[in-house]
Amino acid sequence: MQAFDFVSAQSVDEVVAALAAGGERARPLSGGTDLLAQMKEGRRSYATVVDLKRIPELMEVRVGADGLWLGASVPCHIVNNNADIQKMYPALHDSTGLIGGTQIQGRASLGGNLCNASPAADGIPILIVHSATAHIAGPNGTRTLPADEFCVAPGRNALQNGEILVALQLPAPAKNFGAAYLRFIPRNEMDIAVVGVGVSVVLSDDGQTIQSARVSLGAVAPTPLYVKAAGDALAGQPVSEETFEKAAQIAREAAKPISDMRGTIAQRKHLSGVLTKRALRIAIDRARGTTTVDSLGRLNGNG
Amino acid sequence: MAVTEKAVRTANGTNGHGNGNGNGHGPATSKPAEGYNVIGSRPVRPDGVDKVTGRAIYGADVRLQGLLYGKVLRSPHAHARILSIDTSKAEALPGVKAVVTGADLPTAADKVEDLGESAINLKYLSANILAHDKALYHGHAIAAVAAVDSHTAEEAIGLIEVQYEVLPPVMTVNDALADNAPILLDNLRTNEMGEMGTKPTNLAQHFRHQRGDMDAGFAAATVIVERNFRTETVHQGYIEPHTGTAQHNIDGQVTIWASTQGTFAVRNQTAEILGIPVSNIKVIPTEIGGGFGGKINVYLEPVAVMLSKKAGGKPVKLVMSRTEVLQATGPTSGSNIRMKIGADANGKITAAHAELYYEAGAFPGSPVGAAANVVLAPYAIDNLQVDGYDIVVNRPRSAAYRAPGGTNAAYATESVLNEIAEKLGLDQAHIRLLNGAKQGDRRPDGVQYTEPVGLLETVQAIAESDHYNTPLTGKYQGRGIACGYWNNWGGKSSATAILNADGTVSLNEASTDIGGSRASIAMQFAEAIGIGYEQVKPRVGDTDSVAYNDVTGGSRTTFSTGMAAYNMGVEMLAQMKERLADIWDVEAVEFAGGSFTGGDNSASFEQAAALIYKTGEPLMVSSTVFPRSFGPGFSTQLADVEVDPETGKVTILRYTIAQDVGRAIHPSYVEGQMQGGVVQGIGWALNEEYIYNEKGQLLNGSLLDYRMPTALDLPMIETILVEVPYPGHPYGVRGVGEVNIVPPVGAIANAIYNATGVRMEEVPMSPARLLAAMGEK
Amino acid sequence: MAKKVMVQSVINGDDTAFLCETRQTLLEVLRDELGMTGTKEGCGNGNCGACNVMLDGVLVNSCLVLAVEAEGRTVTTIEGIAPADGLHPLQQKFLEHAALQCGICTPGFIISSKALLEHNPNPSEHDVRLWLAGNLCRCTGYDKIVRAVLDVASAN
Repeated sequence: MQAFDFVSAQSVDEVVAALAAGGERARPLSGGTDLLAQMKEGRRSYATVVDLKRIPELMEVRVGADGLWLGASVPCHIVNNNADIQKMYPALHDSTGLIGGTQIQGRASLGGNLCNASPAADGIPILIVHSATAHIAGPNGTRTLPADEFCVAPGRNALQNGEILVALQLPAPAKNFGAAYLRFIPRNEMDIAVVGVGVSVVLSDDGQTIQSARVSLGAVAPTPLYVKAAGDALAGQPVSEETFEKAAQIAREAAKPISDMRGTIAQRKHLSGVLTKRALRIAIDRARGTTTVDSLGRLNGNG
Repeated sequence: MAVTEKAVRTANGTNGHGNGNGNGHGPATSKPAEGYNVIGSRPVRPDGVDKVTGRAIYGADVRLQGLLYGKVLRSPHAHARILSIDTSKAEALPGVKAVVTGADLPTAADKVEDLGESAINLKYLSANILAHDKALYHGHAIAAVAAVDSHTAEEAIGLIEVQYEVLPPVMTVNDALADNAPILLDNLRTNEMGEMGTKPTNLAQHFRHQRGDMDAGFAAATVIVERNFRTETVHQGYIEPHTGTAQHNIDGQVTIWASTQGTFAVRNQTAEILGIPVSNIKVIPTEIGGGFGGKINVYLEPVAVMLSKKAGGKPVKLVMSRTEVLQATGPTSGSNIRMKIGADANGKITAAHAELYYEAGAFPGSPVGAAANVVLAPYAIDNLQVDGYDIVVNRPRSAAYRAPGGTNAAYATESVLNEIAEKLGLDQAHIRLLNGAKQGDRRPDGVQYTEPVGLLETVQAIAESDHYNTPLTGKYQGRGIACGYWNNWGGKSSATAILNADGTVSLNEASTDIGGSRASIAMQFAEAIGIGYEQVKPRVGDTDSVAYNDVTGGSRTTFSTGMAAYNMGVEMLAQMKERLADIWDVEAVEFAGGSFTGGDNSASFEQAAALIYKTGEPLMVSSTVFPRSFGPGFSTQLADVEVDPETGKVTILRYTIAQDVGRAIHPSYVEGQMQGGVVQGIGWALNEEYIYNEKGQLLNGSLLDYRMPTALDLPMIETILVEVPYPGHPYGVRGVGEVNIVPPVGAIANAIYNATGVRMEEVPMSPARLLAAMGEK
Repeated sequence: MAKKVMVQSVINGDDTAFLCETRQTLLEVLRDELGMTGTKEGCGNGNCGACNVMLDGVLVNSCLVLAVEAEGRTVTTIEGIAPADGLHPLQQKFLEHAALQCGICTPGFIISSKALLEHNPNPSEHDVRLWLAGNLCRCTGYDKIVRAVLDVASAN
């Protein structure tokens, strides 16, 4: 690594000032599980690194009737062990419980995962389907941005010079809401997603109709995708395998993957469809309080 | 020494966690085997406390006064001529104390050095340490620096300027053998079945084994199956990266601290590469964090010596990053294999022809020779031919990896055998019982199994196992069997034993302890002399402490060094009896039940030791051994898999390994070898491979994308220890470390076929490949 | 040479101050500056768990923590988990079950397992394997490691 100045910021204002002064050569540090790896490999280099983890607003967790306020630097293990979050947003745990293994979850944060803006990030599709909002602070004050607009290119986020992500806000789930995140990896842990799919649904009271839905795909485009067409196609449809197949078809078409050492185009398009169906089944089970599929979203454990 | 009858022993908890102790989870009981006092028990290893507390010193843990830190500059190109190297800016960086390149190496002799499990031309070994005129793989070492800290060293190598003439890379068997293929080594000529060729080539050697009449054999076959297989490059994957620390004193004496499988191998190679007398070099073993054959060749040690010399004698430590390990050490060969087997209507093999094309990496010396012994070795075949091809490509030079060459070969054999079984409607265990090798049969190169071997017993053990007799329960589940063979090895060992006044015995040996061998060596000594295991204090010494020792590898350590321990136990007991006879002035002294008796005198072992210490010269014995024959190992394995048809993902549901272990000295460590080899094989089968881009650069040089199995990817591994003792060892020991990695890829390929009807011809059988293959069906 | 900063931390219960460059990881400082070589480097990028320590009681990869981030925090390493007069039950059971062969991954596994049992004193086999998925072992195939951890848990 190149040498750098380390600033242990105590307030949002302090971070913003340090980042604004440092420009491209300054970078905020949350869990560091991506940033430090990149700096050690020489892929990124900075003159100033600003630690966010001592700033109260960024480490704050508030769960209540009006939703979830999750500080940007709150590590996954906190989310994993928070009973209120588990109760209100069980699907968040689908992501925070599998990012990189236990040790990574001791440091990595959903906010950091979003800011790192990897196309294959495990934390972003689930934020998108929960309609999460990013709360940003900068030299010109504060602003918000929907999670699905936060990533602009592989590894590049929408933050301007001097800005940081302060928190993620998730609205309280509607009645009959259910969500899920599934990813495909060659092993059972520790891999980057070949494809990741987040799904959320709101069902009718009798649980037979999908009133609205959101679908998000990871690792099949330069940024995590919000596939509005899939949610539109699901709205008003009955809960059935035919409906799921329609959504899968749209997902396959929306996916624009590349072939690289982690997956091929054909494989990724195919998996986009498979995982969309499976995630839908889980989300619907959660919305209804039923258990018709296994933890991978397969009927009778066999697809 | 009487050879007891063969025994079959299942490990603790093969069907769950129970062990009959009442506590469902407790460790296996530690009683010795029947007829023994120590052998077969499961004591705690003597280096155990150090290893669970973090006190044990591995290569990277060495700390010395004045230590400098080294870093290596590596080629970004797979194939390039090195036109010039300018190190001036690096030398000028404050904190840099030395810089070396290939130009600092003496001219290497064109001679072959025997390293035990493999042999290497020293010219090539030298060029692998620091490139001579060409960079031959992505990651090939070009230059090295030593500096006051590792960050300065890292900055320094960034300042070295190298001019390359980039050449087209040659990455696979097919690339290398194509007409007009770029030539890697200008002086390489094909050794074509003993005759040296005249044309420049990438084919280093073609050899052939044959016997019988293959044409007649195939003519007599009812069923013939011929398949082409491809396996990818895989790495040994030890968790500890390579290190080398050395101090080259002003007086020419060199000390090396090495994390190695063989201190004497390090000494010999370093002496040859640097042109230093062997006697000037002392190699001190640190603990070693895994080897599997990959820590026999030197990489960093000679570089550390060169840097230390240039830095005025300060010690220099080099530690590889994981990326360097993957780019530039090991791995084992990728291969193309054609396998053709014919069988009669009953399933008896009538002929076989195997063609093994192995990628050696940048320099000749792939394990294709050993592979040619392993392929078809579990079966009695009268008519066969094996052709082996050693081929250079722009990948890191291959190094031994646990039964080198065997896994690839067995994958092909076991796959084709199952196809034959299916065509004839035969059960996969049955066809192996029908054809399985016994004492008297020969392996492909003609070497005969002159003593009893346990192949059939292991097939039988699988066929009778609870696993085999439990039906599969799901649509996409499948079951596959495979067998494997490994020759094992004897090799040279030396050791000394010293009787201490308190009745303990200090045992000095030089077999670096990768997997608990201190314990099994101490146990054999204790058994031979008749004392308790706790009274023996084994120590692994440096190259000055005992005479020559071959490497800890080749499945030889428990066998050979154990033999030396046995000899010493017998000899020490004899000398103690003699001394006591003298002290007590009696004709004869007996030793039984822990007591020496002679006339009216008696003494416990401890009392005897004190008496001997007080009354005369110290008592020390030694033994040097070089067993010329040794027992081979066989293994039969059973894999149950479940395939997710929508994703191509394979889950291992259940796995059982049966292995002929001769005699299990310490069953826990024997089980551990079996389980470890199986899991490496599972990784090889499912996900491990080197992925290169079109320029020949390694893309997945990190443990994120070189995917080894995690705890979550596996079930418990059930072990069945079959004991067919090898008569040539006092306790019937056979090497156990390697044969276990030979069958898994074949077993899993067979299980995947059983689950999906898809015969995978490429390994790893990763989800993308399996999904595509299932789609094509 | 880059400028060094002073860090005050509590390591294995002892107040510890050290000098380091900001670019040095906690792993590097533990090993090279403080001589605590029980924590190992296997991969450098959070994929093998050999470098595991507990930071403020949370399991982390010390290769991905800057040493300066330890300011005012507590660190627990393998050197600090045994009681004054013996071994931690995990250390004892790893020995009894022969849950180590080369031993290089063992400190990382023991720290991880300790964190597991503090979080969940009664894990199932699946719980153990999931928690330990970030610790790679190449020698044992994990079988005896999982048994050792379950054995310790069964005493809870």
